[in-house]
Amino acid sequence: MERTQVVEGLAEILEEVAGVNPDDVAEGKSFTEDLDVDSLSMVEVVVAAEEKFDVKIPDDEVQNLKTVGDAVSYILKSNA
Amino acid sequence: MTVEVVVTGLGATTPLGGDVASTWEALLAGRSGVHKLTYDWAEQLPVRIAAELAQSPLEKIDRVKARRLDRSEQLALVAAREAWAQAGEPGVPKDRLAVVVGSGIGGAQTLLAQDDILEASGPRRVSPHTVPMLMPNGPAAYVGLELGAQAGVHAPTSACATGAEAIAWGLDIIRSGRADVVVAGGTEAIIHPLPIAGFASMRAMSTRNDEPEKASRPWDKGRDGFVLGEGAGIVVLERADVAVARGAHVFARLAGAGMTSDGYDIVQPHPEGAGAVRAIAAAIRDAGIDKRDIMHVNAHATSTPVGDMAEIKALHAALGEHPVLTSTKSMTGHLLGAAGAVEAIATILALYHGTVPPTINLDDPDDELDLDVAAHKARQLDIPAALNNSFGFGGHNAALIFTRA
Repeated sequence: MERTQVVEGLAEILEEVAGVNPDDVAEGKSFTEDLDVDSLSMVEVVVAAEEKFDVKIPDDEVQNLKTVGDAVSYILKSNA
Repeated sequence: MTVEVVVTGLGATTPLGGDVASTWEALLAGRSGVHKLTYDWAEQLPVRIAAELAQSPLEKIDRVKARRLDRSEQLALVAAREAWAQAGEPGVPKDRLAVVVGSGIGGAQTLLAQDDILEASGPRRVSPHTVPMLMPNGPAAYVGLELGAQAGVHAPTSACATGAEAIAWGLDIIRSGRADVVVAGGTEAIIHPLPIAGFASMRAMSTRNDEPEKASRPWDKGRDGFVLGEGAGIVVLERADVAVARGAHVFARLAGAGMTSDGYDIVQPHPEGAGAVRAIAAAIRDAGIDKRDIMHVNAHATSTPVGDMAEIKALHAALGEHPVLTSTKSMTGHLLGAAGAVEAIATILALYHGTVPPTINLDDPDDELDLDVAAHKARQLDIPAALNNSFGFGGHNAALIFTRA
């Protein structure tokens, strides 16, 4: 899977869960600071991403996923 | 010096309309909001009718916000926004603004939906929004957040007396000096097979499934139980001098309230309505008015065989024979925790417009009904003061008295 595909998939989830404009979603954006995703919504994003990309994202890993790019790298690494 | 409290804003979403104006118009026209339930799940139930909302709250709340709110919270928000806007968005300091909004059952739809997810997909799939969606104080909390209320956010629960108790507590809060403006009311949204099955098992609900619009028939000989409805009603209560100072439009004065408990049975009303008599008497004392001024009563009358007549006995004892009664539940169904608030709004508008909304389906009155009911048609009436009764499982009795401003 390409990085851009994962970004697109995350953008769909972010729009559904938190109403984030897909055009705003890019690898350098922080979930909390730039995209305004609150902590409860972040939990929803993680669970939806696990389902969409068929990966496991443990709770203690979530705190390391500060940006969209962090999440993309983690998902691709887990999928490899 | 007694602090006077007035009503400056009204908001509602009901089976008759998505706002107060459309609901009031339908009430005066005698329209029923009761329909057949068309869901697959309804087929197995003994009760297959209900009074669902006339307008989906999703038409007024944006999608992302709505998915974090239980339906009962959505309805509270819709009604609160209307009431607040109609009151002219009082520029009260936030630490002088309080919220009292309750629900009879709370976020049961969320609880049941998330339990389905838990059973089917495991705990990790349970929404992180579950608790704020199902907690009974959720509707009050979300209304408080929306308005930035900082003088206190409260959520009384007293089953079908909840909406009225919320308004009574709002009166107390203003009188005690803890706030100048209180946004008060009730909300309910539990049209779901489990609560319906529970009420049906109590034999509390009408099973007139083939004639939904005739199912809610307070005081009629053919009444066979209440019809479940959903909705929300919210009023803006305001210290009279604050309202006058800002030039607010005043609908009525909330003159007094009475709250008692039966101490008799968890679900059966006291046969003579003794607790109701005491609540009405307390409200009259509290209002400091002559009971002969109470020309109109919006009764609790839910269309159950026992409850309707117990209330008649209570009204006889507490007021006498002069008031003109109505039960707007004949049209809205029973909105449980929202009933007292939506009916308080109907009471206020009856007083304000000098028009009593009809009680529909009162075709063959109970032999013991010896008070004057505005049957079938709305009635013009000069109303100096009006009473709104609400009673709830648990033996809760709440009486509100409104007078002309």
